[in-house]
Amino acid sequence: MEVLLFGIAKDIVGQTLYSLGDSVDGPNSVLELKQHMVQQFPEFGKLSSLAIAVNSEYAADDVSLKQGDEIAIIPPVSGG
Amino acid sequence: MHEERYNRQLILKDFGPEAQQKLTDAKVLVVGAGGLGVPVLTYLNAMGVGTLGVVDNDVVALSNLHRQVLYNESDVGMLKVKAAIRALSSQNKTTRFHGYETFLAKENALEIIADYDLVIDATDNFPTRYLINDACVLLKKPFVYGALHGFEGQVSVFNYQDGPTYRCLYPTMPKADEVPNCNEHGVLGIIPGIVGNFQALEAVKVLTGVGQVLSGRLLLYNGLDAVFQKIKFSQNPENKLRTELETNYDFECEVPIQSIAPADFLVLNETTQLQIIDVRTLAEYEVGHLENSLHIPLANLSSRTAEIDQHVPAYFLCQSGVRSQKAIVLLQELMPTSQFIDISGGMNKLQVVIR
Repeated sequence: MEVLLFGIAKDIVGQTLYSLGDSVDGPNSVLELKQHMVQQFPEFGKLSSLAIAVNSEYAADDVSLKQGDEIAIIPPVSGG
Repeated sequence: MHEERYNRQLILKDFGPEAQQKLTDAKVLVVGAGGLGVPVLTYLNAMGVGTLGVVDNDVVALSNLHRQVLYNESDVGMLKVKAAIRALSSQNKTTRFHGYETFLAKENALEIIADYDLVIDATDNFPTRYLINDACVLLKKPFVYGALHGFEGQVSVFNYQDGPTYRCLYPTMPKADEVPNCNEHGVLGIIPGIVGNFQALEAVKVLTGVGQVLSGRLLLYNGLDAVFQKIKFSQNPENKLRTELETNYDFECEVPIQSIAPADFLVLNETTQLQIIDVRTLAEYEVGHLENSLHIPLANLSSRTAEIDQHVPAYFLCQSGVRSQKAIVLLQELMPTSQFIDISGGMNKLQVVIR
């Protein structure tokens, strides 16, 4: 599974695409994805509002993830 | 309506005289006359929106000119509201302009917004974005949102008819140190131009009913890859039930931040030897700074705390007053016994007072 990164999420990871690999114990839900990102990149822990999109649709924490899903992390941006 | 002036819109299939009349009758409030506000104002004014309100309290800085293309070198130091309305008036003398030389705040938001059909969020900070959202929900006004980060932009129309709000996408306001703004992060001149032009187009659609309004969809644009994406999202009905504004829209801080008004600070600085820390970037600092200030960019602050004398109060200064607050939030943790004071509104306000 691959995750598209926007805004500060891209800056934290240092690239626009983050691969979760194909392992079976990868994150199975949006909540688990968020926890995974915090574990791998502690700076995610301080972001209080983080929108996750699955297949181009905003996804709440309980939405489950499966192979082939298009996932995007879209933090709020403030610049103008 | 001037038939010749708007001829190409009048003859445009799916637009025509009816849509043009709706623009003439419309009253649009643009909050922020910076990177986003400039393209929004320029095009809405050119296309024939009858009444434009402009809210801003910044002055034009030399470092604005690469993206805020309405302003000239001779405007540097002038209030943006004044410079913008002067330029826009010569672009289209039939438009009615209302300038508000203030920042949008809890105290004035409802009163200012009430007079308009549509609001454009062209601000550069989270507190004002959340304030615009909440005020528009209370007054049942749609607003066109635009924001950017580096080479990326976001656009959406919130609170349009039964559509979702900004809080449906991002329920709670980020804390002060979470996400940087353009002053710290940098921005390529044309990116706000692109995002602001999308906002102007959405404004026209809302006002005239032409096309599909970008409601319930977040448009994401990546300028480096030339990629657009649309994310669908829906309304959380609770966000529409608001009955009043929040009590406070400042960045949430566990310990309250002590602040000083620019005029009071200048008086104090004349008579007293103060410890002033300027947390702007080197480029901003080199453009102009207070002579007796110590320069420690916000990005280096946590590793350079030893340079701050913890036994005397430290006055924090940045461009608009956001980063100085972030600096204090950060230092209150690292140096809990020291006294830190925020110079409200930063260099922008000091320059207004000095003039």
